[in-house]
Amino acid sequence: MRLEIKGLTKRFGSFTANDQIDLVIEPGEIHCLLGENGAGKSTLMNMLYGLLTPTEGEILLDGAPTDFQGPGDALAAGIGMVHQHFMLVPVFTVAENVMLGHEKTRGAGILNREAARKQVRELSERYQLHVDPDALIEDIPVGVQQRVEIIKALAGNAKILILDEPTAVLTPQEIDELMGIMRELKAQGTSIIFITHKLREVKAVGDKITVIRRGKVVGTAPPTASEAELAEMMVGRSVELAVSKENKIGGDAVLRASNITVVDPRGHLVVKDVSFEVRGGEVLGIAGVQGNGQTELIKSLLGLVKPDAGKIELEGKDISRHGPRQSLAEGIGYVPEDRSHDGYVGSFSVRENLVLDLYRTKEFSAGPALKLDAITANAKHRIEEFDIRTETPETPVASLSGGNQQKVVIAREFSRPLKVLIASQPTRGVDVGSIEFIHKRIIRERDQGTAVLIVSTELDEIYALSDRIAVMYDGRIVATVSPDTPREQLGLLMAGATPEVSA
Amino acid sequence: MAMSPTPEAIVPDTEPAAKRDVSSWLPTVRDTLLAIALALTVGAFLVIVSDEQVIDAFKDLIAYPGSFLIYAGDIVKYSAEAVWDAYSALVRGAVGSGPALQRTLERSAPLICAGLGVAIAFRAGLFNIGAQGQALVGALAAGYVGFTYDLPAGIHLVAAIAAGLAAGAFWGGLVGWLKATSGAHEVITTIMLNNVARFVVLYFLAKEAFQKHNSDNLITPPPMDSATFPTVGGLHLGIPLAVVAAGAVWWILDRSKLGFELRAVGANPDASRTAGMSTTKVYIMVMAIAGLLSGLAACMTVLGLHQSVTDQVVGSVGFDAITVALLGRATPLGTVLAGLLFGALSAGGLGMQASAGVPPELIQVIQALIVLFVAAPALVRNFGRIKRRRTKKSSVETEGAVA
Repeated sequence: MRLEIKGLTKRFGSFTANDQIDLVIEPGEIHCLLGENGAGKSTLMNMLYGLLTPTEGEILLDGAPTDFQGPGDALAAGIGMVHQHFMLVPVFTVAENVMLGHEKTRGAGILNREAARKQVRELSERYQLHVDPDALIEDIPVGVQQRVEIIKALAGNAKILILDEPTAVLTPQEIDELMGIMRELKAQGTSIIFITHKLREVKAVGDKITVIRRGKVVGTAPPTASEAELAEMMVGRSVELAVSKENKIGGDAVLRASNITVVDPRGHLVVKDVSFEVRGGEVLGIAGVQGNGQTELIKSLLGLVKPDAGKIELEGKDISRHGPRQSLAEGIGYVPEDRSHDGYVGSFSVRENLVLDLYRTKEFSAGPALKLDAITANAKHRIEEFDIRTETPETPVASLSGGNQQKVVIAREFSRPLKVLIASQPTRGVDVGSIEFIHKRIIRERDQGTAVLIVSTELDEIYALSDRIAVMYDGRIVATVSPDTPREQLGLLMAGATPEVSA
Repeated sequence: MAMSPTPEAIVPDTEPAAKRDVSSWLPTVRDTLLAIALALTVGAFLVIVSDEQVIDAFKDLIAYPGSFLIYAGDIVKYSAEAVWDAYSALVRGAVGSGPALQRTLERSAPLICAGLGVAIAFRAGLFNIGAQGQALVGALAAGYVGFTYDLPAGIHLVAAIAAGLAAGAFWGGLVGWLKATSGAHEVITTIMLNNVARFVVLYFLAKEAFQKHNSDNLITPPPMDSATFPTVGGLHLGIPLAVVAAGAVWWILDRSKLGFELRAVGANPDASRTAGMSTTKVYIMVMAIAGLLSGLAACMTVLGLHQSVTDQVVGSVGFDAITVALLGRATPLGTVLAGLLFGALSAGGLGMQASAGVPPELIQVIQALIVLFVAAPALVRNFGRIKRRRTKKSSVETEGAVA
């Protein structure tokens, strides 16, 4: 099926989210849609999927204009979507999830599970998805859950599949598998719209690349284009993809963790006997797939959870029993992995969020009262220093773009003298331009002698920042390697291969 | 300023701050006024269907369909008269005369204080259903000091108020402490503590030291004159205290470290903990302040109106306070305005009953409807609007238009 978008425009009030977008997706092609967060990719896809009604322009399927009133219409016309956040019922089986919403019955309301199982098996075989129809969703890994979403779309006879940032949650191996599946789908005639901001993936799998910036198509490129060219189109200026830095051997150990063990509230052992040290003036990167204990580990370093065993020392002083308030006061900077959950208060203004953990210092308060003038002055200063794009200091942080929200958190944590900086996923959901900025600031902090601990699931980020790399798998640090370790080997370590086998 | 545009970023709106304040408040004010108007309309309908002349005319209409126009005309006429009588009596009873105005203010003051208690807890993310119990123990404590000790004027009043505030703060703080230490949900604990408070009060009322002489009922003596609020022009000086309390709550919320923590914990407890705030401290502090404000509400009644303490002395102020705080959108100014409105409705209800024979329960119906309509703004906005074929599309476009 050929999808043609002609002059598609979407306005919200005076704001134009999509401006005269033209796009053609030929049958059986993988069309990459590249753009920063907030460039208008989601708005465009929501119009394609019937969630939003275009202000102007048309969507043509095989030359016939469409008028989608909702996702149901889009599905019926053959457009399927796999959302970034899966829409699956965890306690149902794969087959049950696939038939959800259009259940087949044997009459008298009795479910025909067998038909759904058969459909899942057929699709799984045809596209080599390797999905067991009887597995419970909660028991299968994220990568397989994503394939269930793809099966759901295919079961609805989708001829065009929209994949919205599908690789964000996957391990490097799973990403490779997904790309194989995408090629298989393409070989059998399904078109794919692949939304991403990761240049490597675009080049690996795309047939055609369309770049969107500020709601407009700024150009198309073949997959042979260089990453630098693509990044420049995306951001509108040339971007340094790799932060220029010299690798350093750090000085004395500033933060030392010995035999840290954490049991989560459900009684699972999530951090198992982890020991490491971070030296002043170096970046230790902790690589690993999401959910291998990194979250709990860094929470225990700040004191958000108390380690059940082990010792944390800051410049030789035991801080294992400290709460976050003391740890922050001791000079630990903390950038949490989920900024909207732990990093800022969404309904608070930029001004207030910039002092979220500083309001109690002498600089910003006197007795029980806040020093509003000082807080306002601080906001003006930080907004300028960190190039936070906000209309006013009073704008709620929730309404900023992801990159600017993260800059608010970074600006706050960097605005006091630090001994240790702990940053988890510092650039998740952040646009390319802001990634460059944040990475530079982290390196600058390192160069001032701060001990920096970075936790990231993105290998690119680990390589860009780290002086040493520790790999975490199943609650343990399985290896500590130098940053010139090949990508493949690091990927294997992250997937649980023991160092002996991979070496 | 160049801003990377996202629909989420734009839909709220990008006006400068001063302008945004107005445009963000206008819809709230409009919705509230609309809710009040709708509630009064429904109230008018109730007045009509319970009016005897209207009912008689309707019976006649059924009996003599031939004279349809005459009786239909009667129905319209009597309906209009009934509504006019009722609502004009309501307005007169609320603000039509000096005593009416005094009664309105006397009734508003405790509503405002207890409403502030609910509002400030709400800002910290806590649903305080316990203003009733907090006010009740406050009333008992203030009353006890008021009728037992013989102290010099002034000191006696201060001591009685302090006792009322302390008792309320203790009762509220208990809820915060339970929540912080055991995770007990404040809705459950406040509701339960309301019952505990009532029976604790009854228990004490049965004691000799609390008994009014020559009375078989569970009632205390009224507070001594030295422990009551002085009056100026008929109004007791507790009333301005309600305004002072509103100012203090505003200062706490907007200008203090505690308020910053309280609002942060209310909006995002996880981020607050990560930023080193103590949710334990915030929960205990804010519930103690909430209880203190409810205790102040009790002082308004006991010390302001010279009331003897019974288990009914605070009426239903604790529950009305919840509706007042909701209507006031949990802001100090909003709570004051909502408290004045509910006080006026309550005072006017008496006038309506006296001069138009409308049962006072109608006022409670109207109060409940106002809150119902406030809680369902989408419903209110859709009244009188032609329903479009596509509900989703229209709602999307409405959002756009608002932006």
